[in-house]
Amino acid sequence: MSVAVENFRNNRIHPKVFALVTACVSMTMLFAAFTSAYVVRQAAGNWLEFPLPTYFYVSTGIIVLSSVLLHSSYVSFKNGKEAAYKGLMVVSALLGIAFVVCQVLGFYEMEAMGIELTGNPSGSFVYVIAAVHAAHVLAGIAVLAVAMLHAFLLPFNPTPARKLRFQQTIIYWHFVDILWVYLLFFFILQQT
Amino acid sequence: MAYVLEYDEDLLIEEQGFDDHFHEHHHGDKYQSSFINTYIFSMDHKMIAKQFLITGIFWAIIGAAMSIVFRLQLGFPEENLAWLQPLLGKWITVNDSGIGTLDPQFYYALVTMHGTILVFFVLTAGLSGTFSNLLIPLQLGARDMASPMLNMLSYWFFFMAGLVMFLSLFLSTGPFAGGWTGYPPLSALPQASSGSGAGMTMWIVSLVLFVVSVLLGGINYITTVLNLRTKGMTMWRMPLTIWAFFVTAILGLLSFPVLASAFFLMMCDRGLGTSFYLSEIFIGGAPLDNVGGSPILYQHLFWFLGHPEVYIIILPAMGLVSEVMSVHARKPIFGYKAMVFSILAIGFLSFIVWAHHMFMSGVNPFIANFFVIFTLIIAVPSAVKVFNWIATLYGGNIRFTSAMLFSIGFVSMFISGGLTGIFLGNSTIDIQMHDTYFVVAHFHIVMGIAAFFGMYAGVYHWYPKMFGRFMNETLGKIHFWGTMIGAYAIFWPMHYLGLAGVPRRYYKFDTFDAFAHFGDMNKFITIAAIVVFFLQILFVINFFYSIFKGRKMKTKNPWGATTLEWTTPVEGIHGNWPGNLPSVHRWAYDYGKDGIEFIPQYVPINENESEEH
Repeated sequence: MSVAVENFRNNRIHPKVFALVTACVSMTMLFAAFTSAYVVRQAAGNWLEFPLPTYFYVSTGIIVLSSVLLHSSYVSFKNGKEAAYKGLMVVSALLGIAFVVCQVLGFYEMEAMGIELTGNPSGSFVYVIAAVHAAHVLAGIAVLAVAMLHAFLLPFNPTPARKLRFQQTIIYWHFVDILWVYLLFFFILQQT
Repeated sequence: MAYVLEYDEDLLIEEQGFDDHFHEHHHGDKYQSSFINTYIFSMDHKMIAKQFLITGIFWAIIGAAMSIVFRLQLGFPEENLAWLQPLLGKWITVNDSGIGTLDPQFYYALVTMHGTILVFFVLTAGLSGTFSNLLIPLQLGARDMASPMLNMLSYWFFFMAGLVMFLSLFLSTGPFAGGWTGYPPLSALPQASSGSGAGMTMWIVSLVLFVVSVLLGGINYITTVLNLRTKGMTMWRMPLTIWAFFVTAILGLLSFPVLASAFFLMMCDRGLGTSFYLSEIFIGGAPLDNVGGSPILYQHLFWFLGHPEVYIIILPAMGLVSEVMSVHARKPIFGYKAMVFSILAIGFLSFIVWAHHMFMSGVNPFIANFFVIFTLIIAVPSAVKVFNWIATLYGGNIRFTSAMLFSIGFVSMFISGGLTGIFLGNSTIDIQMHDTYFVVAHFHIVMGIAAFFGMYAGVYHWYPKMFGRFMNETLGKIHFWGTMIGAYAIFWPMHYLGLAGVPRRYYKFDTFDAFAHFGDMNKFITIAAIVVFFLQILFVINFFYSIFKGRKMKTKNPWGATTLEWTTPVEGIHGNWPGNLPSVHRWAYDYGKDGIEFIPQYVPINENESEEH
């Protein structure tokens, strides 16, 4: 961002952080649209009920844990604990990958149940919503990869600029985490 | 007797201004050091604004030319169109006796592309993209957008969207031809029509790129408005332009992702064989496998964007008109706060009226009632705005510049088009009116012509800020009067066609005896459309000629306006102000206060000054 922004550091929320939160709002609208479409379509009948794959529950645990660990990594970064900062970050990135793997395993589980992508829209919705969410998690893993490059290539030095960058990383990571928890609860609650 | 306040502008800004240490960084030079990063991959908001505007003009010419071709078909269905063959190639079929006719498939493609191009590329990107970029930093006293990088990407995503759409025009199967709304099943099944294959794929890719562009732009506009206002620029001191762009950006940010979700599901239907929108369809007598989908679902998702979209188009025009009108009437805008609250009210209501586009799609009549009521309530904030514009003009010392004429023309169009909206908003009347020329007349006047008028008002008014020169006023006035009369000549008769039930989007009416007597009316409309088209070409000539040869702007503030953009140097430097940022002491509309003609926003409050605006 430009120098124009750097001079406004006295704002309560940094403009960069604000812009990220705004972007998260628009991503929320994307998923709100998916889930509203789900509700509208479900209300129209001809809807196949099926249990969610167990892997989705495993993945939920994984991504929540990952979120918590990344937050502790941020706290360690601020407190100057270099080893904890690096270690926790690597673990949370690995957990992020594990989450995506679990989602894919969940898709196989659904297929084994006989719920295919092209069948009744009740299954297609779960596939598409979970896949679009996983794409957002993959973007988060890319962001974490950049954060890891910073962690391991740059000398350890918690400058305000790096704190800000890390803050943005965790905001996005928490966002995709909370988004998945919402989607899981949504799927569970819609199964009557 | 009005007199002019004496002060030294530069001294005042330097003394009262706000030092943000901007010029200590010396980044300005590397920012615009070569041709490429000055004119092409520019991160300067003023250059990006010009890029949006000129790209918008390019698309407007293409979109308007398409309308001329299909108007020729509607007005003169028997006429020989062989002379268009060099341009349209195989889409003009010439028979043995040398008579050329427009291919019906391509007629639908033209109608579809006209709508898509005008709604998204011209009136969304060309209007809000141009003026949000130009005015948000300048009128708020910011050095640039919050993220110049995202701002640049926003333009280039728009450019790519345009490129993909442009290439789709040259496909051998033709561009998408299922209407600008892209309703399934025509859009969801590649085999549905020749444009539904590659043409639709490119249409959807183009619009996904466009959604990304709008979101990147919107994030930037909102962040800039909320975070980068200069010292003293409270929200209630912002000019109405900024309020309009701000609410527009919020609408875009909340509604375009919904369009993206509709398109994702559409892509799955097209590419992966899912059935979100498809059910029990026969093509060529053979049933498809798809079961369980609902085409109405797409309509809901589409119009959840589609309705806010019309306000995304009209709100920036309203903001521009409010500002231009106040400056050229030399009067404060009437009811500033009412104007702001009506923008907010329109913005809010735009999200709960989408199903009024779907009254004839089998919506439950009880649900339709809900949408009728909220649709009609939109008339209230709209009427507040119209009243305030007229009250601003009342007793004003009006300068009839081209910009002012287009602002007044905007109000006329907005009233005419708004009134027919009240007809269409009633679900029972819509049974007769739906998909007729009445709808075509309504939305062209209220969001086509009106938004164009707002845009023209903005272009004529801020042209000196963009290019340091003025556009030719005589040509501007010819442009205005011709367009004003011509636009009514095109769309007024369409109301009669619509009331008689003439359906829109039809290729020709020769098999309908009921509509036979409208032949001459259609000829008249076509001739008016051709005249208006050439008047817009006159504008384009004036625009490009004036960039190089227009009268030079010699003073910083030629219109005697109060807002901050007129305190920046004529040549437009990076960072906008050479020294300190101006600090703001008053609202944007101190015209004629205490007998002083105008007091700019950066002038401190005088102790003898009267309290109220």
